[in-house]
Parts: sequence; C-alpha cells; structure tokens
Amino acid sequence: MGEKFLMKGNEVIAEAALRAGCRFYFGYPITPQTEIAHYLAKKMPEVGGTFLQAESETAAINMVYGAASAGVRVMTSSSSPGISLKQEGISFIACAELPAVIVNIVRCGPGLGGILPAQCDYFQAVKGGGHGDYKMVVLAPYSIQELYELTVDAFNISDKYRTITMIMGEGILGQMMETVEFKDVENNIHIEKPWATTGTGMKREKNIITSIYIKPEVLEEHNRKLQAKYKEIEKNEIRVESYNCEDADVIVAAFGTVARIISNVIPMAQKEGIKVGLIRPISLWPFPVKEFEKYAHVPKAFLTVELNAGQMLEDVRLAVNGKKPVHFHGRMGGMIPDEAEILEEIKKITRS
Amino acid sequence: MSRKRISIFTGHFGSGKTEISINFALNLSRSGFKTAIVDFDIINPYFRATDAKKILSDNSVYLISPIYANTNVDVPALSPETNALIEKKEYNAVFDVGGDDLGAKALARYNEELLREGYEMYFVINTKRPMTDSIPKIRGMIREIENVSGLKVTRLVNNTNLLVNTTIDDVMNGHMLIKEVSDKEKIPIEFVSGFCKYISGIEKLVECEVLCLEKNIKLPWD
Repeated sequence: MGEKFLMKGNEVIAEAALRAGCRFYFGYPITPQTEIAHYLAKKMPEVGGTFLQAESETAAINMVYGAASAGVRVMTSSSSPGISLKQEGISFIACAELPAVIVNIVRCGPGLGGILPAQCDYFQAVKGGGHGDYKMVVLAPYSIQELYELTVDAFNISDKYRTITMIMGEGILGQMMETVEFKDVENNIHIEKPWATTGTGMKREKNIITSIYIKPEVLEEHNRKLQAKYKEIEKNEIRVESYNCEDADVIVAAFGTVARIISNVIPMAQKEGIKVGLIRPISLWPFPVKEFEKYAHVPKAFLTVELNAGQMLEDVRLAVNGKKPVHFHGRMGGMIPDEAEILEEIKKITRS
Repeated sequence: MSRKRISIFTGHFGSGKTEISINFALNLSRSGFKTAIVDFDIINPYFRATDAKKILSDNSVYLISPIYANTNVDVPALSPETNALIEKKEYNAVFDVGGDDLGAKALARYNEELLREGYEMYFVINTKRPMTDSIPKIRGMIREIENVSGLKVTRLVNNTNLLVNTTIDDVMNGHMLIKEVSDKEKIPIEFVSGFCKYISGIEKLVECEVLCLEKNIKLPWD
C-alpha cells in the first residue's frame, strides 16, 4: 500500500477515477457532489485529460455516450435531481452496451428536495430509472477507503461487461473526510475494445454504436443478449458483507453509511442480551439474494434500515421469500436515525 | 493567543478551519473575552460552525449564521449581523471562512472594514490533504486567498492530521514543511493544532503554541 491522505469522499471518487485511467469527465455542478468536478477541473489538465462542465446534465450524459463509444474510460457524476435528468441517456448507453461510470451522491427528494443525505434513489438505480429492460451495476460504499477501491473497480466492471456501473453514496459519504491509503499500483484491467469507434484505418469494417433496432426480431435478439449479460453479472459480481449473523436474534439489512450506525447498535443490543446481525449489500444490483437465503432460517425476523420510505426492503423481502418477517425503519428528508431509535425497533421485534 | 480582536481562519477546504475556529472561540470565551463566531462559509452546506450551535451557546459564544445554514436550501448568504459585529469593539470576532479562494472571496465584501479595524488572518494547513502537500502548492493557495480577499495572511497554523489515524510523526513531518513555508513567506507559525489524544507531547517538540482540539463536528455514528 502507498501514501495516506485525509480526503473527502467526493475528492476520493475523482482521484480514484484518475488512477483508474479515466481521462474524460463531463458533468454539471450540484450539491453535495460538486467537489468531484472541482477536483477534476484542477487535475484533468495535468494528466492530459478532458474536464468539461456541460451546459446541462442531459448534455453531460450524452457526452459520456460519445466518449464511451470511442472506447475511453469516462465518468459523469451528479446528485439525485441531476441523475433524473440523465435517465434517457443512461437507457441509451445501456442499450448501446457502452462502459461508463456514473456517480450519484444522493440527496433527499422527491422533487428538488434538499441537499441533505438520503438513500431515496435506490429504486431508480436498481430497478431501471430509464425506460426499457436494462440493468446497471450499482455499488454502495460505506467508507472513504471502500469508496476509493470500488470506484477503481467500477471502471473494470464496466469495461469487462460493457455496462454502466453506478457508484451510489449518501450525501454524507461525499462530504465526510477519512484517511485513504492509495495503492502504489492500481488493479486496472486492460480489456480490448474492438467494437470502439476509433477509425477503421482502412483496415476493417466500420464499427457502429447504436441503440435503434428497426426490426422487431433483431431488437428482441438484442434484448436477449442484454439479459444473458445481466445473468452473467448476477453470477460474478455480487458484493456483500455479513457480520454476527450466526445465531442472531434479529438480522439488520443496511447499505452505505447506515451500516455504520448499525455497527454501533450491535454492541448496545448485546448489552441487553439481544444478538443482532448485519447484512450489508455492497452491490445493490446484483443484489446478494443468496446471502439472505443463507441466513433466512436464523433470526426471529429481519429489519431493514434505510434513509427512505422502504426501498431495499422489497429486495430483502423477495430474498427472504416469506421465511421470516421483514420489518422496516426509515427516515426521510435528510434526517438520519440514531442508535437509540434503531435499538428500540429491534426490541419491538424481540418483544413481539 | 489572540493578537487582534478579529481572527479570520482561512485555508483549503477540509483543512480543519471549522473545528479550529470553534475551539479558538471557545477558548477565548472561557478566558473571559466577549466572543462571537461568524459562520462565514458560502461554499459548503455540510459540516459548518453552525453545527456546534449548542456548545457555542453553552459557552456564551455568540453565533452568527447565514439564515439558510443547516436547512435543506443551498443558498450562499452572509448575515447582515456581520457588519454590526465588526463595529462592536467589545467583541472578539472569529471568522470561519469557506475553503480555498472561492470561500475567501466573501471576505472582499468586508475588506475596507477589516483593514480599518485590524485583523489576524490565519492560514490553516494540513499537509495530508493532497492539494496542500507541498511547499509550492501551499504557497500557491496562500497567494490565491490573499488575492481574492484583498487581505494578507499573517499567521500559519499546522493542523496536519489523518483524523483517527494521526501519529506524532505525521504532525512533525507537516511541521517541517510548514516551517519552510514560514521562512519563505516570512509568516510565523502561530500554533499547532490537533485532537488532544493524537498530539499529546507535541509541546515538547515545537517552539510555537499548541491548540488542543475537542471534536465538535460529528458524524451520525461518532
């Protein structure tokens, strides 16, 4: 491992992208993720890359479409309302099977909402915010170190499957500071891109990047190809962390920074004689269904805790598949649950 | 520690200005000075002096916040009370300025008043931040902040840290670097700061004062 720095989440995303070989960034500022653009505006020129503040989020995502077509590593970032504006482009990029990394540092909604942290874009990210049958890999880090490692990974995953990978973090993850230790050498996997529109050199047929298929048979075939790819990703790219789940009375499911609050609740509950486990999905899609199946018989019930009205809750229920009750506790509007209120929810379950 | 009644804390974003401003103001107040702190951050709506509202008021530090601070609205605004504070000579005023030249730009609005009243302008440095980890980068940022504010940095602060991973060696390596900046810029290092438990014993290693920080800006799981 290499040098240690004290960095903000947003800065780390930007630095990780540079280390992953990303040389093209297109974006439009929005709180709480503007430091990503701020950092890259300064650093991209130093490494011969392109930083471009587009005229809108829609423009930025279509610039990503263009750059990705040419086979380069490219990233855009925004926060909730800005990500909504990008949805059309996201669907097009998914259909055209282009690798791209998109960052959503989530703020509370709906509408213009507010600038404080939330997880209310879970559905939008994992169920397809844009139109059509597409999926994108969604990764939810819970610390600055993990944010760095997953951002580098995101570029590898994108190239490997020709897919969009989204890094999704709560506003607080973008804004908070922690120590990050950078690797001396990044694990950048080089994948040939013979499909890229880099010029034929008069040596090959031209490559065409498109998301329009006029003949229904051809479009159905293309859809089947996409679905087969998503199956492959579901097989290979699950990321999850479990803690204390064996013999747990209650297993809490939480992603992102909420899992850190749960980590504090576990010893508090222990003092009261309640064993609490934690399953932390890191890849929100593909969802770690098997991890929940593995522990479904163990606790009295599951509890999902989220900064929304109950979104991952649905995936947890599908994964637990009726074997145990799945309860929910959530806060909205930029509010964050404290340890005591979560412990109270756990006690309600053990008492019932 | 306070040389003039107006103390302005500037620096790179994330250098620790807010924690230092709060602790500095608390110390002044506890030493019997009538103290006010101005949340002067027009850059970042997260983690600001206003977050420490309670401890500040418990210690009789008067807090001036922008009206939208800690709401869901992201509108950079300065409080009109700032003018009054500069005129109230019985107050020691601590300004927690936003990061980089972008944050320091807001000072230009009060340039005339501050020059008239006199001020100390501190530049807070954490050499573990990638944008301030070398002498040229630090000097460059000092210039940028001076240029936009129309004010001069008069004191340096060594706040080198890796939060919970900080070692005395980190702080001392930062100190060596900042000493060189101090020599080249002819600006003295006023103090070294850090969370108390990570810098104990530092007073024997440095010639300047030490500001031992209590943590007032917290994360939900702290």
